[in-house]
Amino acid sequence: MDLAIALALQIIYGIANLVLISLGLAIIFGMMRVINLAHGEFIMLGGYVVVISTNHGVNLWFAMLILAPVVVGLIGVIVERLLIRHLYGRMVDTLLATWGLSLVLIGLITTIFGAQTATTISAPLGAVPIGEYSTSGYELFLIAVAIVLSVVVYLALKFTRIGLVARGTMQAADMASALGVSTSKVYAITFGVGAAVSGFAGALLAPLTGVLPTIGATYIAKAFITVISGGTAILAGTTSASVLLGGINGIVSFGIGPTMGEVALLVAAVILLRLMPRGITGRIFRKSL
Amino acid sequence: MIRSRETRWSLFAAAVGVVFLFAAPQVFELFTIINLTTVLALAILALSLALVWGYGGILCFGQTMFFGLGAYAYTIAAINIGETTAPIFIAIFVAAAFAAILGYFIFYGRVSDVYLAVITLTVTLIFYSLLRSTSGPEYKIGNALLGGFNGVTSPPLNIPGDPSNVLYPEDMFYVAMAALILAYLFCVWLTQTHFGRVMVAIRENELRAELLGYDIRLYKLALFAIGGGIAGMAGVLFANGIGRVTPDIFNLYNTALTIIWVIVGGRGTLIGPVLGAIALFYLTSGLGTQASINNNLVLGIILIVFVLLVPRGILPGVIGIWDRAQSRSKLLRSEKRMRRRRAPRRPEQEAANDG
Repeated sequence: MDLAIALALQIIYGIANLVLISLGLAIIFGMMRVINLAHGEFIMLGGYVVVISTNHGVNLWFAMLILAPVVVGLIGVIVERLLIRHLYGRMVDTLLATWGLSLVLIGLITTIFGAQTATTISAPLGAVPIGEYSTSGYELFLIAVAIVLSVVVYLALKFTRIGLVARGTMQAADMASALGVSTSKVYAITFGVGAAVSGFAGALLAPLTGVLPTIGATYIAKAFITVISGGTAILAGTTSASVLLGGINGIVSFGIGPTMGEVALLVAAVILLRLMPRGITGRIFRKSL
Repeated sequence: MIRSRETRWSLFAAAVGVVFLFAAPQVFELFTIINLTTVLALAILALSLALVWGYGGILCFGQTMFFGLGAYAYTIAAINIGETTAPIFIAIFVAAAFAAILGYFIFYGRVSDVYLAVITLTVTLIFYSLLRSTSGPEYKIGNALLGGFNGVTSPPLNIPGDPSNVLYPEDMFYVAMAALILAYLFCVWLTQTHFGRVMVAIRENELRAELLGYDIRLYKLALFAIGGGIAGMAGVLFANGIGRVTPDIFNLYNTALTIIWVIVGGRGTLIGPVLGAIALFYLTSGLGTQASINNNLVLGIILIVFVLLVPRGILPGVIGIWDRAQSRSKLLRSEKRMRRRRAPRRPEQEAANDG
């Protein structure tokens, strides 16, 4: 029984982890149909913000929950203004330009901070016992954060005026623009919010993984495949794909090993896309957010 | 007209390659020649992506996956078989077959091109983490230990039918250069055939090609598999050039490199990306000796600048300027003739034009 609970928690944590690392990408993809290849680097930047600011004596929780999203969000807005807005409607070129951005960010961080970062921060909150097993309190915290974050995004999209404008732009950008919405501003804010969420995820994961200039590469494969499997609906897509792929990943990881878990996740996603080429929300949950 | 010009230039490029094949060992030092094997392997990889992306419009972000599979398949087969002729074909087959299987899911699912890019990239990164985790003694295929992070030592090529007669590193240059020329001529030929023309039609307008009755899924799958096979052959040469295969072949940096070669050299040409690969290899290895400048930074800036300012790449840009200059001088000449003829009849309009 204790084993079952521990295992279930582990799988739920895997799902929460997928939600966290994919949500920022999903916001940008759902709104703008842009796959941001610099997504991993936004996560990486969030981690660096936390490590550097806590090394300078900033409170860890303040750095994680407020500083990292704000800083990375601002970087996102700047990137959108300087780079992405020149490429609207040219999807392939946007992909390539964000890949260039990804390399530039890796290069900049490596030049400034070196290829290795020695100082890391340990995960707070200690261990939580479950019968004869125990689980990390910080992982439980991350599960809670993933749930809260999803709920906040849902409420913001569903019940606020900004959310309404955002949904309108998502469905029919030209119509929204004809009704007086500045779609260019909506896109800039969207990109900023997406970047902020990615930075937030990076900040939360930094105590578990440490930071490296190239750490983005370890997240992007999973994040991309989750978002694409989910389809364009931001929340329904991300959560349904995370539950499905995270569940498969967790079970196979437990049975065989973590790498085979990743392989199983990928194979499942490829088969899923063969059956539903436009993702889960392209076929079912179509009207969802 | 254009077709004949293309063919003429391709044959010229191949002839330059043949001259280089025989001249290079006389001109360059031994170290450069040995190094060239690796460069030429990368050039063939660039060629395969130029074919798949530039001609087929298939945005493959994971061409290094077939390259790496070829390198691993060659190495593992060569260790197990004890000679290297059959492993070459095994490597090409493995890479092409994997491309065909992946391509089936992608093209028959009618996944859009951005999704295709992301899926191929993701599969490549999964290979990277999968092979990195094979460091224990239990991970072996036949006699070949996969070796995880450190990779496997690749046996050098031998003369067909004579396993003890192993090629020297400097002899590998001839093999690699000949492979590049042959692969290039094959690609040129392929783009001139009916199949190649249909591929270009699909690239330009998928729906129209389909309405004309072509099964675009099958065409794309075939081109993808051919591109995968060529990349696999490049992997064989790469394994010989470096002397070992490591999971790093599959990493994000190398994948980005292949894309940058094609962007810089130019989509829609075959020789452009080949030259792009060679030029960027020497640029990055030159930069690598200077610790202050980071390779990622330079490559990222190159990629952004080209996407924003030179989206067609260098070679098509140059051809475009050349064509415009040609047609302008032709236009000027005919205009002058016209003017001379018309001048006596319309003096007032001529004056207005000058003013």
